[in-house]
Amino acid sequence: MELGGLKTIAQLRVMQPAHSRSGQPGCGSNSASGQSSCGSAAGQGDLTPEIWEKVKNHPCYSEQAHHHYARMHAAVAPACNIQCNFCNRKYDCSNESRPGVVSERLTPEQAAKKVLAVASAVPQMTVLGIAGPGDPLANPEKTFKTFELVARTAPDIKLCLSTNGLMLPDYVDRIHALNVDHVTITINMIDPVVGAKIYPWVFYNHKRYTGVEGARILSERQLLGLEMLTARGILCKVNSVMIPGINDRHLVAVNKAVKSRGAFLHNIMPLISAPEHGTVFGLAGQRGPTAQELKALQDSCEGEMKMMRHCRQCRADAVGLLGEDRSAEFTAEKIMSMDVVYDLDRRQAFQEKVELQREAAAAAMKSELETLAGKHSNISILIAVATKGGGRINEHFGHAKEFQVYEVGTAGAKFVGHRRVDLYCQGGYAEEDSLETVVRAINDCVAVFVARIGGCPRDGLIAAGIEPVDRFALEYIEQSAITYFREYLERVRTGEIRHTQRGDADIRQGALTA
Amino acid sequence: MAMMIKETRCVGCSACINECPNDAISEQSFAFAIDPAKCTECIGFFSEPQCAAICPIPKTCIINPDVPRYAAAV
Repeated sequence: MELGGLKTIAQLRVMQPAHSRSGQPGCGSNSASGQSSCGSAAGQGDLTPEIWEKVKNHPCYSEQAHHHYARMHAAVAPACNIQCNFCNRKYDCSNESRPGVVSERLTPEQAAKKVLAVASAVPQMTVLGIAGPGDPLANPEKTFKTFELVARTAPDIKLCLSTNGLMLPDYVDRIHALNVDHVTITINMIDPVVGAKIYPWVFYNHKRYTGVEGARILSERQLLGLEMLTARGILCKVNSVMIPGINDRHLVAVNKAVKSRGAFLHNIMPLISAPEHGTVFGLAGQRGPTAQELKALQDSCEGEMKMMRHCRQCRADAVGLLGEDRSAEFTAEKIMSMDVVYDLDRRQAFQEKVELQREAAAAAMKSELETLAGKHSNISILIAVATKGGGRINEHFGHAKEFQVYEVGTAGAKFVGHRRVDLYCQGGYAEEDSLETVVRAINDCVAVFVARIGGCPRDGLIAAGIEPVDRFALEYIEQSAITYFREYLERVRTGEIRHTQRGDADIRQGALTA
Repeated sequence: MAMMIKETRCVGCSACINECPNDAISEQSFAFAIDPAKCTECIGFFSEPQCAAICPIPKTCIINPDVPRYAAAV
């Protein structure tokens, strides 16, 4: 049915390619090679002041910011101009959370109203992204109209878009003129032979091109678009979907190619390919990577440039902190009846408080790190953390929909990823034992930090060799991780525990309930 | 003839409407539809019908068997 020009999921049933996934760039994590930095608690790190100014409040471009700031996607772009084997445009599970899925699409006017409504209710929302559910540049008028409206009514909101890049060279000047200063391009290959295995066709200049020919056009346009954007000083993130056996090794070459063209950040994401999604890859049994395979590829690229590891591959209509989705509070029907007052002062006051929290967390991490000064060890461990945001351990084990994973060594603590643990949506029934799901998702971690935990899961985790830790409840994550690590080293030294390598862990593949 | 959209297969993504040179496509309650009186199968414009070329779902934009052949195509 029609709701003032907008469609419900029953009609829409649209989903889209991984590229439009939300993922925006993030300045990723701190690197062992000393390359990156904005992932560190110190914040700015080795970024220039100009770039730091652009990313510091952008949850998708800054790992550190994503603990504190929220984003929203406006689903104004349903059409797409390419076909990807990891995408199924027919899928219609409204509970599913992955790129390209939306519950309703909006007109530019509705989207602009939604931005105001969300910005008023969620003062930490700093970014509007247009990421689908198709490709924003296959819907240029709707996309740019939305940006124009928002720039007028909510000038403090950052604008960004995520595209497959096919039409990018044609719109770089318009993107620049509208002050869209963050653009994400999904680049899964630079070799058309690899591309032919990922993209069955592209629609370009009024013609459908298939196979290697289509992939070559796409690749040339993507790289040209990237060069044109960076030449204009627009911050670019590159998203890549890691598809084992198809482009996993090739992504190292992609990483070099995009770095040399000025990309700021590289976000390598795991393929999502559950058979029930009905994608070509899903139906063919193409698997996604394991958590350690993904981390190994990200680590190997990190010497080259910043890697993003906090992407949640979210829906094209997601609202809220990364990892949460409040879109159900802001359906078109609800926002049209809301009386919205845009209070810039209130937003700024709130954000000033957030900045104070960030500084306090960074200071706590720094002083704790000093307790490791002079200690050198080859041991590093992974710790899973239940958090609701704000950089603190503030979530109950049983309520966590995801765990953030930190790698800790004598060099400090760094965010290296996240693991979704919410239940599969399979015909509406959660069929798995939830503790087993969690154990499989964080099996490579030594400990899990929680605000609280019940007796039953506590015993189950201990049996699985993962130490449940609730004594840092409500404390800062990185500071607590370093404290734990210092004590861990001491326990290893005294022989109380033996340090062994943990195994691998699963990346959730199923459709997710929000 | 003209093109038609199989309503049961259309996902409503609107990609076709942007590409039609004849302004023959409109949004109906559950899908998009092609006005056979306006459709020329893109003859005279492009080498292939644009709706079928960009449609993400195979066998959705097809030749309409109930409509006489477009004059220029004969």
